[in-house]
Amino acid sequence: MAVTRHTLSVLVEDKPGVLARVAALFSRRGFNIESLAVGPTEHPAVSRMTIAVAVEDLPLEQVTKQLNKLVNVLKIVELDPATSVQRELLLVKVKADLTTRSHVLETVQLFRAKVVDVASDAVTIEATGTVDKLSALIKVLEPFGIRELVQSGMVAVGRGSRSMTGSEARLRSAS
Amino acid sequence: MARPEPPHPQETLTGAQALVRSLERVGAEVVFGIPGGAILPAYDPLFDSKTVRHILVRHEQGGGHAAEGYAQATGKVGVCMATSGPGATNLVTPIADAYMDSVPMVAITGQVPSAAIGTDAFQEADIVGITMPITKHNFLVQHVEDIPHTMAAAFHLAATGRPGPVLVDLPKDILQASGPFSWPTTLDLPGYRPTSRPHAKQIREAARLIASASRPVLYVGGGVLKARASAELRTLAELTGIPLVTTLMARGAFPDSHRQHLGMPGMHGTVAAVTALQKADLLITLGARFDDRVTGKLSSFAPHAAIIHADIDPAEIGKNRAADVPIVGDCRETIADLVVAVQEVYNSGSRADITGWWRQVDGWRRTYPLGYEDPPDGSLAPQHVIRRIGSIAGPEAIYVSGVGQHQMWASQFISYENPYTWLNSGGAGTMGYAVPAAMGAKVGRPEATVWAIDGDGCFQMTNQELVTCAMEGIPIKVAIINNGNLGMVRQWQTLFYEGRYSNTNLNSKRIPDFVKLADAMGCVGLRCESKDEVDATIEKAMAIDDLPVVVDFVVGEDAMVWPMVAAGTSNDEILAARDTRPVWGEDDV
Repeated sequence: MAVTRHTLSVLVEDKPGVLARVAALFSRRGFNIESLAVGPTEHPAVSRMTIAVAVEDLPLEQVTKQLNKLVNVLKIVELDPATSVQRELLLVKVKADLTTRSHVLETVQLFRAKVVDVASDAVTIEATGTVDKLSALIKVLEPFGIRELVQSGMVAVGRGSRSMTGSEARLRSAS
Repeated sequence: MARPEPPHPQETLTGAQALVRSLERVGAEVVFGIPGGAILPAYDPLFDSKTVRHILVRHEQGGGHAAEGYAQATGKVGVCMATSGPGATNLVTPIADAYMDSVPMVAITGQVPSAAIGTDAFQEADIVGITMPITKHNFLVQHVEDIPHTMAAAFHLAATGRPGPVLVDLPKDILQASGPFSWPTTLDLPGYRPTSRPHAKQIREAARLIASASRPVLYVGGGVLKARASAELRTLAELTGIPLVTTLMARGAFPDSHRQHLGMPGMHGTVAAVTALQKADLLITLGARFDDRVTGKLSSFAPHAAIIHADIDPAEIGKNRAADVPIVGDCRETIADLVVAVQEVYNSGSRADITGWWRQVDGWRRTYPLGYEDPPDGSLAPQHVIRRIGSIAGPEAIYVSGVGQHQMWASQFISYENPYTWLNSGGAGTMGYAVPAAMGAKVGRPEATVWAIDGDGCFQMTNQELVTCAMEGIPIKVAIINNGNLGMVRQWQTLFYEGRYSNTNLNSKRIPDFVKLADAMGCVGLRCESKDEVDATIEKAMAIDDLPVVVDFVVGEDAMVWPMVAAGTSNDEILAARDTRPVWGEDDV
């Protein structure tokens, strides 16, 4: 069975220790989390984690079931890249003096990124996009000289009008 | 639990008082614990409780296993209590044990004051972090008013669904603070929804398979006991007439004397039980989890069998072996529904003939019964001692074992006729479980005779709780199967390490003197060294009902547990005895 990348959206109660419980469960079962993002949702007492893992299908089913057993976990949905929007945020500081700055800015425009800070010998670029788009951008910027790079975990949401959180009566009791 | 509070003005209680009031509200009868600095505030109101008895144990590990023994003997939630730091970490082993064997338990620990948490304060340990992977859930209480609903949730989580241990960590300042006490009418656990009702379609599909299988086996695990489904199981077994095996955790769920019972499967199971699973065309798996000690090499386990797998924990289904018919639900409801559904299929005229299957199964049973030989050196056979204890104490007694050879012999050579009469550490394999768990069982079932069947190695790990038994009036009986060695490890050295007995000889036939040790701990100590003294010694122990009794049965060191499937090998490689591979008959599958 092939190892593939999976994106899990996990709704959890906003309680102390939840992140530790979830992360520990993955490491205990030998899974490497590639990317993890946690943040609030439209329900005040509910947080959402987006977890990207590279695993085979069968162990993924087991880890999903084990996650579901965590008392603070409310709901888990696997998001298919074809039917969801998946985004990461990149902040990258690139060397750019008077001779190279215009080339850097051209790249920024091509990738529909933006410059958020300028210094005499560097610019800081903000970009959002899929993992593929951001790695393409990084590849193009590399020749100019990357001084510092930081990237967020992926966040993802299903396409269409359906909400992962909306119809869940039990979420209301959690909020 | 969620009874409404009788109308009276809301009281203000300290956190400690709220804790004790909560224990009273959930109906806790007994707490096994030891006080210390951080938990000290809780002990003051506990001193006054009219309904909660505190038993002062000698080591927190003993308190934890006692809570387990109490829970396994009674079906109620066991409670243990310890202070912060080392008190709490001493509970780690029993908590892990309860997690592996799905024992309902609530562990209450003191914690350093909130302001000191995270500062490496005296006796600080992050017990919530430490026990995260070995509890069903745990709580660090941060506000005094959270105590009642946290305790209500802890007991609910421990007892429902797949039972397990829950830890509640209480900082000292929270115990000392005052706040309103309000008992919850509902529980705020939006992420906790165990499925108890099995799916009707799956039940029908399972019933169809059961009626059509020609070589079916009922594979019964500890979940049947947890669901208190022994009566339903017997109805299903007798309706279908299908051969049945009970795992180590399920011994007692079905009478050993019943004709359909083939005994225990697994590494030291009967040849009939192991072989029936291997040759089956259908396993009706009820509250069992395809543990490696049952399956042997997983890829060759029951290779011809379709699998019906019923469990309350969805994560167990498909974990080790893919299920053809998965059923998530409470075992009692599942089995009761299966009885109805199978009867309907039978009524429609569909029922496979299993008489040929029974002929084969009976052949294995007849050819390879459980047995042992008296040691050639004239020493006492440990199996004989255990068999006689079972016969003399009878099927109403409760038997609690440690871990090792004596555990396997106690599972093989005592005839269990009733549920909740066999307690042991199955999943974790915790040496030292027997004495404290027997203490807990006796507290929960004071009218029952409770025998701890222990090894000399296990006994030396936790025997301090006999002092607790003597002081608190808990007259358990302990049989030390004293072969002077870590017997099971020695057996593996005999079989797999050319008899190189590295560090397995405890010399405990000489030191300690268990009779003197028993005497020093306020118990009656007896010794038995020959076969002709066995019955009289057991009867003497049975006659003492006001003090704990310890019997030092000095037995031969070379006895081995048979049958055996070596770790990591296929169940097809079972040895009925050393160098004795069963020969399957010509008409075998």
